[in-house]
This record gives sequence, structure tokens and C-alpha cells, in this order.
Amino acid sequence: MARLRRFLDRIEPQFQKGGPYEKYYALYEMVDTFIYSPADVTRGSPHVRDAIDLKRVMSYVVVATFPVLLLMLWNTGFQANSAMAAIGMSEPDGWRAALMNLFGLGYNPESLVANMFHGLLYFLPMYFTTLLAGGICEVIFAAVRNHEVNEGFLVSSMLYTLTLPPSTPLWMVALGIIFGVVLGKEVFGGTGKNFLNPALTGRAFLYFAYPAAMSGDAVWTAVDGYTGATPLSLAASGGVEAIQEAGYSWSQTFFGMMPGSLGETSTLAILIGAAFLIYTRVANFRIIFGVFLGMVATTLLFNLIGSDTNPMFSVPWYWHMTIGGLAFGMVFMATDPVSAAMTDKGRWIYGLLIGFMAVLIRVVNPAFPEGIMLAILFGNMFAPLIDHFVVQANVKRRLRRSEANG
Amino acid sequence: MASEAKSNVIDPLVDNNPITLQVLGICSALAVTTNMMSSLIMCIALTTVCAFSGMFISAIRKHIPSNIRIIVQMTIIASLVIIVDQVLKAYAYEASKQLSVFVGLIITNCIVLGRAEAYAMKNPPMLSFLDGIGNGLGYSLILMGVAFFRELLGAGKLFGHQVIPVANEGGWYVPNGLMLLPPSAFFVIGLMIWAIRTWKKEQVEKPDYQIHQVHRTEVL
Repeated sequence: MARLRRFLDRIEPQFQKGGPYEKYYALYEMVDTFIYSPADVTRGSPHVRDAIDLKRVMSYVVVATFPVLLLMLWNTGFQANSAMAAIGMSEPDGWRAALMNLFGLGYNPESLVANMFHGLLYFLPMYFTTLLAGGICEVIFAAVRNHEVNEGFLVSSMLYTLTLPPSTPLWMVALGIIFGVVLGKEVFGGTGKNFLNPALTGRAFLYFAYPAAMSGDAVWTAVDGYTGATPLSLAASGGVEAIQEAGYSWSQTFFGMMPGSLGETSTLAILIGAAFLIYTRVANFRIIFGVFLGMVATTLLFNLIGSDTNPMFSVPWYWHMTIGGLAFGMVFMATDPVSAAMTDKGRWIYGLLIGFMAVLIRVVNPAFPEGIMLAILFGNMFAPLIDHFVVQANVKRRLRRSEANG
Repeated sequence: MASEAKSNVIDPLVDNNPITLQVLGICSALAVTTNMMSSLIMCIALTTVCAFSGMFISAIRKHIPSNIRIIVQMTIIASLVIIVDQVLKAYAYEASKQLSVFVGLIITNCIVLGRAEAYAMKNPPMLSFLDGIGNGLGYSLILMGVAFFRELLGAGKLFGHQVIPVANEGGWYVPNGLMLLPPSAFFVIGLMIWAIRTWKKEQVEKPDYQIHQVHRTEVL
């Protein structure tokens, strides 16, 4: 390790101002601070003193997605293999079949390894496309604008990939992350200055630009020509009965044995990630519980109102929790420290607002079956306003107190 | 005189563009730019109204009492808009149906009233006319640019002709649905402003405040 440090120190002058690779300082800095915690400390106000820096915080989020990742790989393969068995397809088209045959794993939906491997063949190309396309944008901006390349990008790219349906074409994946990184983050000045969650901005772009590839029934299973509704769209058409008729029990949706976007399926894995994030205090528990409470309260309200024509009204909260992307958005997206509210009271309000909006869109708006993405972006936009009023209320409270004392 | 006439027409094209620098008239830029044909008609309508309203207002500027000047300006602009609307209905009925209320809404277009207030009230009729033409062209330039990208990327067409074969008809291009929705014009105009300000540095505004430079890369 000492040798690596010496090597980095030796080449550093070449990247500094006046050196031959001056333009690539951002790249050098990225590698250096990724491996070693930088020694520099915060100067000037405001003073935030903590032993952990932004890069380490961001890495924790990536670690928290590992349980989601594992169950996602298995489930994607499982869904694909089951669908192939159901329609009597012996092997998929293209390069995936060649690779699968090379290892001789087969397409048995009972086999753990075959499922994982099949899932991996869908996840990896999408993830590497995201890293490459988004990474290039990130490095260009870092070099031109003299700021650092932040590990926030690793988080954004991981979360972004996990929100996409498994059959998304790779060029769309690239387009979405470029939009997310450039217009969602870099135009505002880079990490820490964006007011929207970049991963969700990218996904929202794809959602509105290519609705055929991001919604409907044909995209949730990674098999060409196979259509299967997600439990969420089943619920929209026939409530909980329709989900159960299609063969999904609540525990199945909780463990994640259902079609859907890559990372959203397993509520269990997401909750394990949530426990880790809350324990390490990387994600703020107020936001997560705020979304949860907002969701439960709104659902109970709709249950109470009831409706003869819209079956979504009667779906109970524990189903809302496990179907669709609500849990994933609640734990990984709403808690993004940059775009969320910053004050403790504001975080509760922000969370409640997102939970409320997510259920409202799901239940009342027939055009959008899933509401959590739009709800979080909506919450992001209101976060500065919420903070403003929380701070003003505090200022008023203290003024009154000092007047009473004075 | 001659040089002012020239700069009245040339300046609003890029250096003092009503949309990208003054950020006026955005509403119609969002609404009518889904295809190039309707935005072309909109541009012609607006340029005509802007030029003639400038000329007429300037011609009677010395007789307009200043406390009711906005009402007088609005009367002239509204009459011109009604004429344009009637002409479109008579000779280009399909197009006028497509543009629906947006021709009528030229009355409230900030560029037209802005030029009347800021220029025509103080300058002779011929110069005001040219000023209206210049600003109308500046508006048209941006509108046509936005419509170009929105129609091309959103439908693979230009002026209604298929230029890129789209996927539903056996081609390779998958149309970008977002480009057909009004918010996409915000993105396109934003990117245009970014491009123009990269080219013409003097248009960049001073930052409202300076964030402390705390990281070593920012001090470079």
C-alpha cells in the first residue's frame, strides 16, 4: 500500500497546474481520493467537522444496495427463465444464448445458479453502459469546470440502473443517464448543488420520452415477446383479488418473486439496505418513516372513502408497500442528502409529502400506474421551500422568546 | 440613422435576442413549436404584428397622453392581431385551426408590448418598424430552431416530411415522445441559451453570490 501511495505522490506534480497532464487533474484526484482519504480539512465557514467525507458516505449507499442487487439478479433470471418455460422458448436470441450455452447452465427456473447468471447477463450490460456514458460526461465536466469527480456518481449510476425495467435497450440506458448527469446535476454546478435527484431525473426523462419501453405490460420480464403484468398494474385493474388470482401472494411480493423494474421487486432486501443506512446514519430515518407514514395515512384514507369503479381505492397499505417501486424510492431515492430537505422538521414534512403524493398518483391518476418517481421529484422541488419555512418558524420562535425575556 | 436602422435589425438576432437574452415570449415558444410549419406561421404573424404596431404607435406617439398610453398601445396591437387572425382564417384555415388561440394571444406577447413601450414610444416610425422586424426575426430564429429539434427528434419529420425513418414504420429511429410535450421546449431553449452564452461570453450574468471555495480543486 505504501508503494501505491508513493507512486501517486510521485505522479501528482504532472497533474498539477503547469504539468503536462494539467487537464486531467480531475481524473487523478478521483483515483487518489477514492483510494485514500484526503488530508485536507474544511477551511472557512460553515464549519462541518467530521472524520468521514462525502466519498465514504457515498460508498456506504452502494454497499447498502448489495442485498437488493443479489435478490434482483436472482429474480430477473427467475422471471426470464419462468417466462421462457411458460411460452415454450428453448433459448433467447442473440449473444446471451451463446454465453449461457458456453457455461452450460441451462434455463431451469429452479436452479439458483442459472437464474443468477441469466440475471447477470441483463444487469451487467446496463450497469456498464450507465457507468461509461455517465462517467464520460462526469469527467468532461470535472475537467472543464475544475471540480472533483465524486463517488456520488457511483451511487447515482447504481440506483439509476436498478430503477429500469430489465429489457431496456442499452442506448436508452445511456441517453437517460446522460440526461440525468448533465441536466439533472452538472448544469447546476455538480454534486451538492443539484435540486433534483439525478438518477430519477434520468429515469423520468426515459419515462416521458419512451413510454413504450418504460411502462405497459411487455417490458417487465427480460424475454422478447413475453407480456406479463406487474402486480401493480394488476392492482390498478382489479385490486388485490387480481394480484392473487394471477398467482402472487403477499409474501411473494415481499420477497421479490415478481416482475418489475430491476431493483424494486424485493421489499425484504430493500429493508435490509434501509436498516444498514439508518444504522450508519447515512440515510435519515425521518425521511424514510415520513414517507412510510404518509403512505399509510393516505392509503387508510382511500380505504375509508372507497370507490365502486376504482379498485385501487381498496388496496391496503401493506400491499402498497410491496408492489411497485415505493419501498425502493422511499429508502434509496427520497433520502438523497442533496435533494432532500435539510432540517429535521422539514424532513418529516418532506417525507409525508412524498408518501402522500405517491399513493395519490397511484390511486387517483389512471395515466400513471406508478407514482413514487414523480412524487419524489415533486418532493425534491419543494424541499428548499419546506426548509425555508422551517427556518423562518425557528427564527420567529426565538425572536418571541428573546422578546419575552428582554 | 442608417447605422441605427441596421443595428435595429441585426442586434436582436443574437446579441440582444428577445428570447435567449431578455427571456420574453417563452409561452408561445413552448406552445407552437411541436412542428416547424405552425411555428413558421406563428413567426410570420408575430413579426408582422411587432413591426406594424411599432410603426403605428410611433407615428402617433406625440399625441398619446402618457397616463393612458398602455391602453392606446393595446388597442393598436389588438387590431393588428385581429387582422392577422382573419387573414389566416381566410387563406390558411388548417394552419389557423392548429394554432388555435395562440395567434390571438400575440396580444399579450411580452415582446410586442415591450418593443412598443421601450422603443416605439421614443423613436420615429421607420426605425420602429425595423426594430419590430428585427425583434420578430430574433424571436423567429429561436422558435424555428426549437421547432427544428422538436419535430426532428419527436417525430423524425421536418415541415411534415419524414426525414428519418421511424421504428413503427420499419425504420431505425425511435421517436422521443418527450419532445412532443411542451416542457421539452424548456430544455431546448435552455440548451440554446447555454450554447449562445458559451459563444458570446458578455451575455453571461454575474453570479448572485460566491460560494466559498473549500476544496483544493476549486482553487486551481
